[in-house]
Amino acid sequence: KDSRVDDTSAGRLDGKMREKTLTMDTLNPQVKAVEYAVRGPIVLKAGEIERYLEEGGTKPFSEVIKANIGDAHAMGQQPITFLRQVVALCTFPELMDSPSFPEDAKWRARRILQGCGGHSLGSYSASPGVECIRKDIAAYIEQRDEGVPSDWENIYLTTGASDGIMTILRLLVSGKDSSRTGVMIPIPQYPLYSAAISEMDAVQVNYYLDEDNCWALDINELHRAYQAAKQHCQPRVICIINPGNPTGQVQSKKCIEEVLHFAYEENLFVMSDEVYQDNVYAPDCQFHSFKKVLYEMGPEYFSSVELVSFHSTSKGYTGECGFRGGYMEVINMDPEVKAQLVKLLSVRLCPPLAGQAAMDVIVNPPQPEEHTFKQFHQEKSSVLGALAEKAKLTEQILNAVPGIKCNPVQGAMYAFPRIFIPPKAVEEAKALGMQPDMLYCLRLLEETGICVVPGSGFGQKDRTYHFRMTILPSIEKLNVLLGKVRDFHISFLKEYSGLE
Amino acid sequence: LVVLRGSLYPTVPDWVLNFSPLPSLSSPHRNLSAFPAAQSEHLQQKMSENGALPLRGKVLTVDTMNANVKKVDYAVRGPIVQRAVQIEKELKEGVKKPFEEVIKANIGDAHAMGQRPITFFRQVIALCTYPQLLDDNKFPEDAKNRARRILQSCGGNSIGAYTTSQGIDCVRHDVASYIQRRDGGIPSDPDNIYLTTGASDGIVTILKLLTAGEGRTRTGVMISIPQYPLYSASIAELGAVQINYYLNEEKCWSLDISELQRSLHAAREHCNPRVLCIINPGNPTGQVQSRQCIEDVIRFAAKENLFLMADEVYQDNVYAEGCEFHSFKKVLFEMGPEYSSKVELASFHSTSKCYMGECGFRGGYMEVINMDPEVKAQLTKLVSVRLCPPAPGQALMDLVVNSPQPGEPSYQTFMKERTAVLSALAEKAKLTEEILNTVPGISCNPVQGAMYSFPRITLPERAINEAKAKGQAPDMFYCMKLLEESGICLVPGSGFGQREGTYHFRMTILPPTDKLKIMLNKLKEFHQKFTQQYS
Repeated sequence: KDSRVDDTSAGRLDGKMREKTLTMDTLNPQVKAVEYAVRGPIVLKAGEIERYLEEGGTKPFSEVIKANIGDAHAMGQQPITFLRQVVALCTFPELMDSPSFPEDAKWRARRILQGCGGHSLGSYSASPGVECIRKDIAAYIEQRDEGVPSDWENIYLTTGASDGIMTILRLLVSGKDSSRTGVMIPIPQYPLYSAAISEMDAVQVNYYLDEDNCWALDINELHRAYQAAKQHCQPRVICIINPGNPTGQVQSKKCIEEVLHFAYEENLFVMSDEVYQDNVYAPDCQFHSFKKVLYEMGPEYFSSVELVSFHSTSKGYTGECGFRGGYMEVINMDPEVKAQLVKLLSVRLCPPLAGQAAMDVIVNPPQPEEHTFKQFHQEKSSVLGALAEKAKLTEQILNAVPGIKCNPVQGAMYAFPRIFIPPKAVEEAKALGMQPDMLYCLRLLEETGICVVPGSGFGQKDRTYHFRMTILPSIEKLNVLLGKVRDFHISFLKEYSGLE
Repeated sequence: LVVLRGSLYPTVPDWVLNFSPLPSLSSPHRNLSAFPAAQSEHLQQKMSENGALPLRGKVLTVDTMNANVKKVDYAVRGPIVQRAVQIEKELKEGVKKPFEEVIKANIGDAHAMGQRPITFFRQVIALCTYPQLLDDNKFPEDAKNRARRILQSCGGNSIGAYTTSQGIDCVRHDVASYIQRRDGGIPSDPDNIYLTTGASDGIVTILKLLTAGEGRTRTGVMISIPQYPLYSASIAELGAVQINYYLNEEKCWSLDISELQRSLHAAREHCNPRVLCIINPGNPTGQVQSRQCIEDVIRFAAKENLFLMADEVYQDNVYAEGCEFHSFKKVLFEMGPEYSSKVELASFHSTSKCYMGECGFRGGYMEVINMDPEVKAQLTKLVSVRLCPPAPGQALMDLVVNSPQPGEPSYQTFMKERTAVLSALAEKAKLTEEILNTVPGISCNPVQGAMYSFPRITLPERAINEAKAKGQAPDMFYCMKLLEESGICLVPGSGFGQREGTYHFRMTILPPTDKLKIMLNKLKEFHQKFTQQYS
């Protein structure tokens, strides 16, 4: 793009060629190994098509629907008024004088600002986060877990949950060759895990969720995976996503007990990703925190199993992804390691203050006796009610399509249906050097404008194919979207099965 | 059993004890739910007989953790700051100290030191956060226009949506036009702009791309000494090799090309030097590089095939007469296509410094020049794993690069606030240098730019020996004593690196002028007392 480049002289300096310092050959090989399908090639392609449409190009559809990522606001969900009021007050404290802001919001904003240096959201906070917010989080956890104690000094604010997960993994990765840290992750998984593992050059240890059993975690499979991995690495961490991403299952209490018992027996560090804790829709399911279950298993477990659990502002009923807010609670971590953790966090100075403030509102929402409670409660229930309806709708419509089979979306924000791909399409994909479900999703995008992520980006059993789609679009839009997926699927089957 | 629980678990409420704990099994494939409860009681009994719980080693200990993390040091928030926080708590609890408050001059945190936010910036962010305010006639139109424009570029018109990983489109365009204006028309391509979570995030990301190889081929990263410890910390964390080049304290911390050459040659013996990091204006050293010096550095990087990283977060903080900020990008392009089409450069900026001091928003950007397109795709992929930088920080960055213009309703107030901050900083830079240089045993270079002074202190032999006996760096010993006796929190020079046998500290010049005067005088008294005590 630089018009000044002169082809004849470019590249010559002191008579010799100057190579780029940083090329694909000299790039950090771990970075090269990183894959993150949720924003991978299919999403780049969707962006291209969007721009093409904007510039007046024509396609068989008028808009791209990005069902690839759990981004509620982008799908039209409105922010929770109260949360935004508090953050706006913190940002521009002159609004404290405005009669249009409720007192409940003002006192929360004042309290947060009092916890900030110079009473400004613009100062750095302590690296683990603003102290009063950490205390609010601990109180929230204690309440959520019906009295199980939570120590605010175990709480660390993060830049979204991803940041916390990466930080804890970073502490854990060590050793060489067969003593290299192995990280057990579910398959299918949220690709942050595989990406972080690649980046840190740890060993990925897959345990497969049981699709036939509504993506339940099978303790025998954990044992199998662990034993197999022990041959070539040192499994030290088990990661659990509950409610599941991309699989939407909600773990039973008994299953969590089994996992914790397994971790206890095999000396594994437990990382529980609980960012969808408020997103449980199936009437027979309930969210159980790993922390609470661990506590109830008795002191020999609760005093020894090392557990970190993660939460975020991005999901739940708030969907505030852009604020990059989150926290982690660290249980039973060696005090010396904790000091190392604080040191490591301090290099990045602090998580964004606006995100910390948003997190505070989530753990300290309006109470029944407060004026804002009614509106807050109504907004919250309406988001969660709609999500439950959309979860059901997605499952029902998809299951009516021949060649698509979808487990119930018990929780979280995604459906991860299994799709039948005819052998001819599989062959064609292979000839193109592409995963079959990638071919499927690319075709879906090209023909309908719907952007979903191929199952291969999350991992799946060999010769099974899936895609992940969010259930976040509005009901009307979701109906249209699912209808289009159905029509596409049927015509795809026809095309590749020769059933014209 | 009861005693055991009572003594070790005082916080366990009774209702929990009613749950029967899971049995501890050694065989992995047993059906847990079918296991008789009696056995678990037996197990617990055995435990209580021993008077201890079974020994289950921690998975994660200092011995088994990531060794690179252990090597990380970050003095700006190190032990001295932890002690300062502790003292603050003690003061709150009523403990008597020879001072009433702790002054944290350890970190460039303007708002914490009482600087007021720029009104216009906060108005726009409040509007973006709570768009209902767009109907409020107390907000000026130019603020509303900017907020509308930013929101239009956000998914669902909300700053609660993820942005693209590289950053909001219109913000990247605004950044590019800002750079183009700043650099006298040299083109800047929005595709080369990446928004970041503060400058630190960008710096770590670029270093991550560059770190490769094993043993003698491991990437070496050249950094100035003294340096901002983010660099040494990231190098340690990534397991890269730190290559020190020393700034010339006698020449106002200027950068000397022959020193670059020396350090590069020495490093080639044991690693593969691939990156040269420059901080201009300097942190902690406060020097502003001359145009000539920048040109020499670029020529050096071109000749030695080094990737240049220019940390320019203090670009608006230049105080000394005769000094001017020159961006590496501009100088590179003025050197002609031979350089401008070849030298790989990443430059970093942030919302945290300059006149706005909005550290808490974690906003920043980097511009990458001449990066291999395939590597750029890898960079985009890498940043996508973290999804996106915080949207409010991106919005704030937008305002910094697209501030009120003459003719807009907020222009005058904005300029007034901006000028007030920058001229106060210039005054404080001068004041700090002057007062410190009147103290025998302290010698301070002019604070030409940035936000810190990094004076050299002479420490008596006895103090040095006492520190060494305690296993402490002598300037850490000095700073700890200063903190305990006066409540002033500074960072010892050893945290930034310094020539052997020399001692320094870093202090910010950010406290309000009155407070800064008090602080400097306390420092003067302390230094005199300290010198007497140990001579």
